[in-house]
Amino acid sequence: MDVMPKWAEVILVPLISLILAAILSALVILAIGEDPVAAVRLMITGALGSTYGWGYTLYYATNFMFTGLAVAIAFHAGLFNIGGEGQAMLGGLGVALVCLFIPWPHWSMALIAAVVGSAVFGALWAAIPAYLQASRGSHIVITTIMFNFIAAAVLNYMLVNVLRPAGSMDPATARFDEAVHLPSLHEMLAPIGINFSKAAPANVSLVVALIACVLVWLLIWRTPLGLEIRSFGKSHRAARYAGIGAVRITMIAMLLSGGLAGMMAINNVMGEAERLVLNAVEGAGFIGIAVALMGRSHPFGVFLAAILFGFLYQGGAELALWTSIPRELIVVIQALVILFTGALDNMVRMPLERMFLAMRRRPNVQAGE
Amino acid sequence: MTAPAIELKGISKAFGPVQANKDISIRVMPGTIHGIIGENGAGKSTLMSILYGFYKADAGEVFISGNRTEIPDSQAAIAAGIGMVFQHFKLVENFTVLENIILGAEDGALLRPSLAKARKSLLELEQEYDLKVDPDAVIEEIGVGMQQRVEILKALYRQANILILDEPTGVLTPAEADQLFRILGRLKDEGKTIILITHKLREIMDITDTVSVMRRGEMTATVKTSETSPEHLAELMVGRKVLLRVDKTPAQPGNVVLDVQNLRVRDEQGVERLKGIDLQVRAGEILGIAGVAGNGQSELLEVLGGYATGTGTITLNGQPIDLTGKNSDGRSRRANGIAHVPEDRQREGLIMDFSAWENTAFGYHHDPRYASGILMNNAAIKADTQEKMDRFDVRPPHPHLAAKNFSGGNQQKIVLAREIERNPDLLLVGQPTRGVDIGAIEFIHQQIVALRDQGKAVLLVSVELEEILGLADRVAVMFDGQIMGTRAATDTDEKELGLLMAGVTA
Repeated sequence: MDVMPKWAEVILVPLISLILAAILSALVILAIGEDPVAAVRLMITGALGSTYGWGYTLYYATNFMFTGLAVAIAFHAGLFNIGGEGQAMLGGLGVALVCLFIPWPHWSMALIAAVVGSAVFGALWAAIPAYLQASRGSHIVITTIMFNFIAAAVLNYMLVNVLRPAGSMDPATARFDEAVHLPSLHEMLAPIGINFSKAAPANVSLVVALIACVLVWLLIWRTPLGLEIRSFGKSHRAARYAGIGAVRITMIAMLLSGGLAGMMAINNVMGEAERLVLNAVEGAGFIGIAVALMGRSHPFGVFLAAILFGFLYQGGAELALWTSIPRELIVVIQALVILFTGALDNMVRMPLERMFLAMRRRPNVQAGE
Repeated sequence: MTAPAIELKGISKAFGPVQANKDISIRVMPGTIHGIIGENGAGKSTLMSILYGFYKADAGEVFISGNRTEIPDSQAAIAAGIGMVFQHFKLVENFTVLENIILGAEDGALLRPSLAKARKSLLELEQEYDLKVDPDAVIEEIGVGMQQRVEILKALYRQANILILDEPTGVLTPAEADQLFRILGRLKDEGKTIILITHKLREIMDITDTVSVMRRGEMTATVKTSETSPEHLAELMVGRKVLLRVDKTPAQPGNVVLDVQNLRVRDEQGVERLKGIDLQVRAGEILGIAGVAGNGQSELLEVLGGYATGTGTITLNGQPIDLTGKNSDGRSRRANGIAHVPEDRQREGLIMDFSAWENTAFGYHHDPRYASGILMNNAAIKADTQEKMDRFDVRPPHPHLAAKNFSGGNQQKIVLAREIERNPDLLLVGQPTRGVDIGAIEFIHQQIVALRDQGKAVLLVSVELEEILGLADRVAVMFDGQIMGTRAATDTDEKELGLLMAGVTA
């Protein structure tokens, strides 16, 4: 018998955490002399009040779905992949190479190739820490963090010395060919009569992200490999007993994780910027950790949490634009959400569990030591 | 009439929804040995933890020698003259006996006077109770029996008049257990009061004066030991009549199924844990491996189960089995026809957070019946789990329930059902009834015997000598990574096996 019903576990706990984070954020906004109600209104209209706002919210959410899934899949194997940032950077490199050097006849073929390219680059970048963890016991948290820095350096070198078009002062690749331009939501929704904002960057990558959510769900909960990954994550000894190889599962889980993080690049590099720039990832790799935590490592939870963080990102940008609330405060609000939904999870969970226990205390339950 | 040494009145304690102790009252007279017996989870340890100040009772009173006493912490318990010997000793491994004894009872900032004083009183205690130990020996270098003596001395040094022992014989050889009982008898003669917590009926019958039976948090009966019988106590513990003997016909051994020659295993530190094991198990027989825990039995199971490496030769039905780890793991062993019920079901045999149906597929998740194509056939697994649960009488019979929500006995039934129903040629079973309630023990033993009667080979490892003698057809005794001898179960007794377990060969 679980202590809490499932709905309380997956809905009530995150919801209360969110409300607490919101209350604290409101207090902070009050403290700097701004009106929190007006701020919330601005965030909501800015992020959800127009197709333009939605377009940005969904664009950010697409990034977070990929990185959130990446972290979630590693969590299931008991691995903490902090390297989503670096893997997404390398994914961007993969996308850039695919898009720059192959003349694609149609965007759809380019997209498939870019998915493969970004996933392979991200996976390879994750493969080294994974191998070090699996065979040498070097802790993956440490190595993936270090690989974020190496990735940034690699990208810097590649952009400055290799991929920068001659004569350009900007450490960025040339603009991709028009043929690899991904349809935006505007272009996709126009044929069915929906007039979606032209300026918003949300694009067909969102569909890829949704498909990825479904596939990850299938993999984790419906395949023997998923069972092996989850078993390994829960108990190494039990996995060993069942003949589930530690090296194999660590490698597979991290390759999948790195691949998913890398795939984020089809959204931000191919879909939005249409060229590879420095710092294209913009912290989405780290937000993925919060998204996975809040989504309880379940693909549907990741989906919802990604939308929420997309809203916070876009709403925050609007706040910074239209009020004197400094951009840094937006980061504070995001941090509060992460703090409450991730790190302070037990603060909400424990009292709730106690409450549910008190509600259901019955005399006929079994005794225990 | 003298006041009871300990009297508990109406003790209740709940952990969340679980009522661990319900209105418990007992009286223990001074100078007696009082047994408390009950299955795992009956609430024995909770009760003693309340008495020792680890938990605070929700309701009830404690009287020590007739005076109402509050015991908010273990310091208060010690002050009240209560000493506790835990199942897992609380000793500092690299300290000497003397240092361990004064630990927490030092007289001042300087150690030397305390040590001198302790040495003197240790000598007196030794003479008074015939409890010999070397005060300067380092704990990690002396045996478990000796370590337990140190624990008892620690309590006596703190002027304990009431001694509580929690499952004291779990780690002892039969000979060491007998010694312990002699010491307890001596302590009793000197006027100490002893509370013995155990789940072993034999110990209760051997040395207690009175015995209380606990079941599901309640004290179901307190009786004079001389007026009861093991069968009666078992019935009180379980709530129904149970068969204490394993009911089986003589074995009909067939061909050699498992042949192990010169098996050697080293652990990660490079210490040799198995030092040349030779053994054979035939079809239709149960070979029991007896021995005190930690003498290589676990390593034997691990290497046979495919998740440790070793050298030597192992054949199954004449086919060689890989030991190097290259082509061997748990999965390949299963394919070879070896099923394994591991010693630690909670950390190896099951994943406690997984549902019963996921655990039923665990290890066999590549089986075509469970996985069609790349997807698992969850409906088929659930249906199969339901059938297994019904056949093995797992309660509650809900495949969706997480493994951690089943009792120890029902968890073991889930593992056993998974492994036995594979119809293996060889079944490895480690500690099949550890932490399992008496009612389920009977059933588990019947299933193992039934598999034997189908002509399968069974290798049984257990630290419970009674279980080995009751269940096995032949008994091999392990000591320090070697097999000291093999006997037919009908031709030997606990005394002979006990000597072999201690490394003594005749």
